[in-house]
Formats: sequence, structure tokens, C-alpha cells
Amino acid sequence: MTDATAAPTQTDESVEEFAARARAWLAENMPRIDPDNPPEADRGEEAPWLRARELQRMLWDGGFAGICFPREYGGLGLPIAYQKAFDNESRNYEMPVILNTPTFTICAATILDTGSEEQKRQHISGALRGDEVLVQLLSEPSGGSDLAGVITRADRVGDKWMINGAKTWSTSAFAADYGLMLARTNWDVPKHEGLTMFLVPIDSPGITLRRIKQVNGSVEFCEEFFDNLELGDDAVVGEVNQGWHVASRQLHHERRAVGGGSEFASGIGAEGKTDMPIDYVALLQKTGQADNERAREMAGRALVHRAVRDQLIDHVYHGVLDGSLHPASGSIIRITHAETHHLEFDTALAITGSSGVVDEGNDLIRCGERFLSRQTAALGGGTTEIARNIIGERILGFPREYAADRGVPFREVKRNKS
Amino acid sequence: MTDVANPERLLFASTTQSFLEKEASLGRLRELHAAGTSFDVDWWRRAAELGWTSLLVPEELGGGSVSGDGVADLALVAELAGRTVAPGPLHPVSTVLAGLVEAPENHEETIESLVSGEVVASWAVYEPGKQWSPLDPAVTATRTDTGYRIDGVKDRVEAGAEGPLLLVVAQCEGAVRQFLVPTNAPGVHIEPQRSIDLVKSYARVQFDGVELGESAAVGSAEQTAGLIARQSQIAQVLQCAEVVGILDTVMAFTIQWGFDRHSFGRPIGSYQALKHKYADLKIWFEACRATTNAAVAEVASRSPGADMAVSVAKSYVGEHAPGMLQDCVQLHGGIGVTWEHDLHLFLRRATLYRSMFGTPEEHNLRVYALTERESAS
Repeated sequence: MTDATAAPTQTDESVEEFAARARAWLAENMPRIDPDNPPEADRGEEAPWLRARELQRMLWDGGFAGICFPREYGGLGLPIAYQKAFDNESRNYEMPVILNTPTFTICAATILDTGSEEQKRQHISGALRGDEVLVQLLSEPSGGSDLAGVITRADRVGDKWMINGAKTWSTSAFAADYGLMLARTNWDVPKHEGLTMFLVPIDSPGITLRRIKQVNGSVEFCEEFFDNLELGDDAVVGEVNQGWHVASRQLHHERRAVGGGSEFASGIGAEGKTDMPIDYVALLQKTGQADNERAREMAGRALVHRAVRDQLIDHVYHGVLDGSLHPASGSIIRITHAETHHLEFDTALAITGSSGVVDEGNDLIRCGERFLSRQTAALGGGTTEIARNIIGERILGFPREYAADRGVPFREVKRNKS
Repeated sequence: MTDVANPERLLFASTTQSFLEKEASLGRLRELHAAGTSFDVDWWRRAAELGWTSLLVPEELGGGSVSGDGVADLALVAELAGRTVAPGPLHPVSTVLAGLVEAPENHEETIESLVSGEVVASWAVYEPGKQWSPLDPAVTATRTDTGYRIDGVKDRVEAGAEGPLLLVVAQCEGAVRQFLVPTNAPGVHIEPQRSIDLVKSYARVQFDGVELGESAAVGSAEQTAGLIARQSQIAQVLQCAEVVGILDTVMAFTIQWGFDRHSFGRPIGSYQALKHKYADLKIWFEACRATTNAAVAEVASRSPGADMAVSVAKSYVGEHAPGMLQDCVQLHGGIGVTWEHDLHLFLRRATLYRSMFGTPEEHNLRVYALTERESAS
């Protein structure tokens, strides 16, 4: 399977001409925003999703949707340079950025790699029209890091598949139309060999959806329960029992998307102000510590680590590109991202002191609240423990961890004690 | 810095590396230590002939760099020197040259003798009982009919007992100035100071009414803060680059140890507790390299962000390198704390550099102050 990069197409329009046309169209048709103060798009709310569909439809009608997706599935079939030019032109306009991941960069990209002709025609163009939001249904309550150990089952009943089990940590599934769901179809072979990927309509009878409320109050993630959910063969993505191949493509696309390296993302703005970096100078002033050397030193250290994280991202990006660093070096960034978050949240907690834990009406309690959900940065998108294994084993070449389930029929593999 | 795409640079790097491997090996370092010598003067002259001392010096002053980017070339030398914890006055000579080439008037001959390796000079900037504060000297330079008179004490002067010249930071008529002082001038008293490095020596230098001519001053009063900033940047990025070379070397043999050393019938690198420690070392190493490269580039281009970039790198590398080397000692087990094993040679140098020219904590304060200034403007 090759990477799902768009094939160059026959266009007479240069990148510059395309950019000029986009510029004119955006000015005429899309709402302007201040990119430093972007509209809040909380993924846990309904409204931003309805708005994103609307904006996507506007892009579709204007002929600027799916710049790097192939023409036969509704895209423009243009090389990545056209997408970059469009990103540059659209930075001052409201864009449906929450559709980028996972809908376009992971799900649509994976369907393009592994889906049937019918699935590509229906779902890729559906997403490009703003009619379909796609999500991933991968993780399960029974286990996080061991993705291939899923126990949601798909049993053959007549000419249908009967699904039972549960999925969790699916981003904004409440707002989605379809999910890529990994289920076990053969229990008599080792874990990677008995999996199948299905494309599930989220509103099917047999699915119960529940929001997960996180420590910080966010409700963007969902949990889904399947009770005798019926699917036909047309729901299978790729081949039966070859689901790990499809999941691997998802993980591949996910890693690229997280690093900002997907040609299928359109628009590069922030999703809102909630993730703005900590302003230590303001924090020290608010807490009356502008001249406190201890507080200044702590804040300085956090600023040093933040700066080095950014330098490291650049160093790793170019190192992987020129071959001086191993292709798996994204894990170096992944861990540093989490460690820097930790240091920043810890520093803010220390600087705010009691003002960070009792609300004095000056919003400093947010520092205490952010600290409470500190570990999300070390868990989401794969734990830092798994990332350290990847560095130790794939980059440095040390022997792999012992796995008790290697080569063992999944039925015989020990699972959680209930 | 290891980006040696440029063919002249590649040749320079390989010549430098083979010279260091042959003439500045770890065994040689131990011999120098046993003999109580910090470096061999003739060896330094040959290093200068390879071009090490000319990199910061413009062609019209008798210098020249290999790639056209002298700061990056010099950082490459420092990184390679770190691989064998090389002896020699690369840092003090480069730091003094960085100042002199900005204000070469009356100092052309000194520059020439430093470039040729005939003369060694060092920056006398620290003072007893004080931490890193280059713009706050207590040593005084008093105007005389014929020039200046220097009084006071400097210390922690690298190779201060080995070279004939010192670049001294002093208070003069309400301004901070710098003066070139010959160590054989009447009134200069030098006492060696031991460091934790195996060979690097330092000195306490007392100036009792040392008389200097007019031409001893380096740069004008207005220029001096800029010269000191540049000299500090050079001293600090060279430390970072040398530490990157140290870490690269120590990590390579410590990783190999993880494959070769077996416990309970398995290579020790197969244990997850150790594998994760190795992973952290790899992460911190790449971060040290990334921030050092960034600082070198900013200093080389004389960017307005150079002060910030250098303090970021100096803080990060200083915070991590000594601890990383201690982790490597831990991964080696008992052999790591023996005199016989080479680990301590690397640990000594990295620990020395952690604390000289500003500790991580001092640079954190600097980064905060620069950030505060930016946000106020």
C-alpha cells in the first residue's frame, strides 16, 4: 500500500494563479476572523460542528474543498503546494478546522487507502460536501495501549455481522455520521490476524452513546456500547481479518496529522483561545511576584523548556527529512510535548500558590484546574510509556518487550480479571 | 554543527578529528594530568596551525573561516574537542579574540600572535565571592598620565597561569571597560586554582597598581557592553557545543554497553526500566543538540535574539548534561565510579561547564528578564 498522496493532475493553473483565485473567492464568500483571537470551537458542543458543516459546504460550493483528494471522489486532485497556498490565503478567514482531524486527515485518508470504490465515492465526497463527519472507534474500556487486543466482537449471523462490545475515547462521536470501528472476527488466530475494520453509521439501532466528562469539564470524548448492532458486508473496510492493516494506516495518518504533516488538512488556524500558552509575566504581576527572584527563576526555566521544545520539533522534522534521524523520531517530540506541558502546569501551580486553588475572582484558579488534567498530554494519542518503548526499541535497537500474546490464538490470551 | 555538507568544512572536520584522536586522546589527557600540566604549548601551536584560532578573525586581520561561518566552524571544533575532552585554551583564546576583533585598534599584533598560537590569552571576568556578573566589576582602572592603573582581584581565570595576556574587565571612570594586561607586568600576582576538570586549570590574579599604557584599552566605553555580550555568547555556545560532543560520545558507548552487558541472561538494554532511561537520554540529547544549533545560528548571524537563544541553550544543556552523565554512570554500574573508567573525565568537564559563565538558574533569570522586556515593549 502506498501513501495516499494525491496524484498530480492535469491543471493549467499555476500555484500562484490558484492562490490568486482563492484569495478573491475567500474575500467574496468566507467570514473574516482575527487569527490571534479565533472563534471558540469547543469540540464538546453541538454548535461548532453544525457551523463546520456549513463552512465545509461553502468551500465545496466554491470549488475549494478537498484540494489534495482525488477528483473522482470529489476533490481537486492537486499537489500539496496548492493546499499550502490555500492555507496561507485562508488564515484570516473562518475555516472548518475541527473537520481536519480526524475526519479528513485520518478517516478519509484511510478510506482512500483501503476502502472499496463504493466507500470512497460515498464517504470521501460526503465529508468534502460537509454532509459527513467521520470518527475513529478504536480504543476500548478494556485496554488502551494494546490496541490490537480489542475484544469488541463481530460474529457472522446469516449474511450479516452482529457487533457486541464497547469503544471509548472517540473524539466527538456524538457529532459524527460514521465511525471506523475495529472488531474481532476470528478468536482462533493471534491477535493481529483476527481483526476486521467496519464503517459504522453512528445513529444505527444497537449503538448507545455516552459522553465522557473529563476532569477539566470537557465532554468532547465519547464512549459507545454495541448491543447486537447489525452490519452488512458493505460495512467492511479492506478485507475480513485484515483489519490491523487498516488500523495501521489510521495510526500512520494520525502521526502525520499530529505533526502537522498531512496534505489532507485544510486551514491552519487555532480552534480557539483555550489552548493559549501561559503568560508568565502576567502571572507574576497578578500574584504580586514581579520582583520575586524565586518566581522569576521558575518561570524562566519553564520558558527555556518551551523554547527548546519548539527548537526540537524543528530539529526532528528536518532530521527525519534528511535521514540523519530515524523515521520513528516523532516519539521524541511526543514525549517532549508532554514533559513540557507537565513543567508548565506545575510551574503555574507553584507560582499562583493559594490563588490557584481558591477562586479570588481573578481567573487564576484556571491554573489549578489545568493542573488537574495535566496527564492528558502524556496519555492522549498513545502513552509516553509506549513512546519510550518505541525510542528504546525502534530508534536505539534494544530488544523488544516480552509479549505473552505473541503467536498465541487470541482466545487463549489472558485478559483483565473482571 | 555536524551538518558538514560543505566540502571544505568536511575536510576541516576530518583533519581536526584525526588530530584530536591522535594528539589529544583520553590517554594523553591522563598523562597531562599525571604530569600536572594543563596543556602542551607546542601542541596548541599545531592546533592553531589547523585553523582553530583563525575562525573568528576576519581575513584582513590574518584570520579566516572554512565555510564563511566562523562561529559555526568554531562550534564544530568545540564539539569534536568534546569527544575526547581535549585539553587546551580553545575557549579562553576564542573568547578574547571575539572581543579583540570587534575593536582591533592597537591590538593587531596581539591578534596575530593569538592566531598563530604563539600566545595564549584569557578573559579575566570573574571576581572572588561573586557569581556570573560580567558587567559589575570591582577591579578598578584609574586614569594616569600615561594610561591606566589596575587594582583589584580576579579569579576563576582559565589558563590564567599559562598565558602571557589577560583581558581584564574593570570599572573606569563610571564605565565598564576592558584592558589587555601582560601577566609579567609589575604588580601582577598569580596563584593557580584547581578545578574539578582533569586538566583545566584556573587562576586567581591580583593586580596591585599595575601600570598600563593608553593602548591597553580594548574598545571605547560605549562599545564595551556590546563586546562583553559577544564574548559571553562565544564562551557560552562553545561550552554547549563541547558538551554536545561529550554527550554524543558517552551515549554511544553507554548504548553499546546496554547491548553487550548481560544480567540474568539478558542484555541489560532489554529491561524496560533501563530502556526508558536510555529513551530519556536520547530525547534530552537531541534537545541539547537542537538548542545548541539554534544558539550557534543566532550568534553567527548576530541576530537580536542571540542573547535569548544562548541563555536558553546554556540553561537547558547545563540543567541536563551532568545528570545525563550520572545516568550513564548508573547504567554502567560500579565500574562507572572508578578512576580507571573514562566516564569521570567527561563528567568533570560537563560539570565544570554547567557552572561557569552562568549557571542554568542564572540563565533562567536572564530568559525571564528578556521575556519581560519583550512583553513590555
